[in-house]
Amino acid sequence: MTLITQVNNNATFQHRQSAHCESGVVANMLNHCGLPLSEPMAFGLAGGLAFAYLPFIKLSGMPLIAYRMPPRSIIKGVQKRLNIKMKFETFRNPEKGMQSLNEQLEQGRVVGLQASVFWLPYFPETMRFHFNAHNLLVYGRQGDDYLISDPVFEEPVVCDSKALQKARFAKGALASKGMMYYPTDVPESFDLKLASQRAIRANYRTMTGAPVPIIGIRGIRYMAKNIIKLSQNPKKREAYLPHYLSHIVRMQEEIGTGGAGFRFIYGAFLKETAAKLDNSLLAEAAEIILDAGDDWRMFALMSSKMCKGRKPMDAFLLAEILNRCADKEQKMWTLLKRY
Amino acid sequence: MKTDEVPQDSENSTYGGARKLIYAVDDSGGVVGVKSTGWDVEAEATQSALTLIQRQCDQAWQRVSSGETAALEYYMYYRRMDVALLAQVSGFFQWRIRRHFKPAVFNKLKLKQLNRYAEALGLDASVLSHLPDQPLHDTDNSSK
Repeated sequence: MTLITQVNNNATFQHRQSAHCESGVVANMLNHCGLPLSEPMAFGLAGGLAFAYLPFIKLSGMPLIAYRMPPRSIIKGVQKRLNIKMKFETFRNPEKGMQSLNEQLEQGRVVGLQASVFWLPYFPETMRFHFNAHNLLVYGRQGDDYLISDPVFEEPVVCDSKALQKARFAKGALASKGMMYYPTDVPESFDLKLASQRAIRANYRTMTGAPVPIIGIRGIRYMAKNIIKLSQNPKKREAYLPHYLSHIVRMQEEIGTGGAGFRFIYGAFLKETAAKLDNSLLAEAAEIILDAGDDWRMFALMSSKMCKGRKPMDAFLLAEILNRCADKEQKMWTLLKRY
Repeated sequence: MKTDEVPQDSENSTYGGARKLIYAVDDSGGVVGVKSTGWDVEAEATQSALTLIQRQCDQAWQRVSSGETAALEYYMYYRRMDVALLAQVSGFFQWRIRRHFKPAVFNKLKLKQLNRYAEALGLDASVLSHLPDQPLHDTDNSSK
């Protein structure tokens, strides 16, 4: 173990684009601190894959559908599995929050922040919605501008202090309260076999063993059933169903990384681990989840076509695709149980 | 998905010229990150959400200009919020916000209350009572 007080020079910070913000920040941060880690590794070792259909949490009247574990669980998961010590801080006073960030930057640290997408000026107009749990990494400061490695962007970006403060302290659901985090103790290496076994086992439990029918693989089937139910309801068939489907697609593809996207990241994690440990079972599981990801994309494509009237509405076909995703994910987890 | 199947639908993209990273399978069977300029399916979902917001914004602008509601309601939609979200952010109950939408009530708001809305919406308190000449849709941050 090396105690990190004075980290590498900021000039050497390496920005790598990622598919997902949280796994990207964690991977880039640990890389900077001397522990090489890819984004899929961070995602997989945190056991980030999930599915949850939450009808009682409404987003403009529609259910919340999540394709991964809730925000912050990747940071916490990686911290636990790789035996890293992280410091988390939230602030009641925004000025103090900014001051504390400056102090850490002056010490040469890179600092992870949770912030609202809407108030970050470098986001394109079309992507700015009120989502408070976006993650980014600050690696330096030039005058009033913060140098930011936002993992979903191709290149590093900058943000002035006023906007950054607003984004960090935006209120509402999942409000970050200026949350910032940085590692204080990072090991030079870790036991991949052990870490991956624990992560996969924990992820297996969330996907197959939840005590409620709306979480994990049963949740996917629940959503499929619900689509059929809506198509048989004369009051909801015409206007509500297309709206509902386009909401699912939006939750799946646009908000962050996408439901299929997470399947591909998990597949990448399994492939990478399989290659490093020379394990054929993991390689086989990777193929199955990558295949399931393709079905998720197919579902989005079909839904989109049916909503726009380019294809006749066929709820049974949509449900069938979803059940196929569920079957494949089930098959993968059954296989991974033996790992 | 194979690397060459990663959608590059840049024409209707909602990424604003940026590219997103997506993992896909390359020729040797490994999984690699590929940059995508956009996907029509995703763009349509985003666009329909944006159109909805824009419509709400325009309708609110109309109601404000005909004196039915206060400019506050327009600015709420302008900032891509609804009453539920504005309630969470400002700390006012939803029924109070709806009441404040009445022009007569709005005009009597204390500066302290106005400032809470101004803070929530990231606008100057003086802006809140003035309707722009036409509905704006961009989320310009300069007037924070």
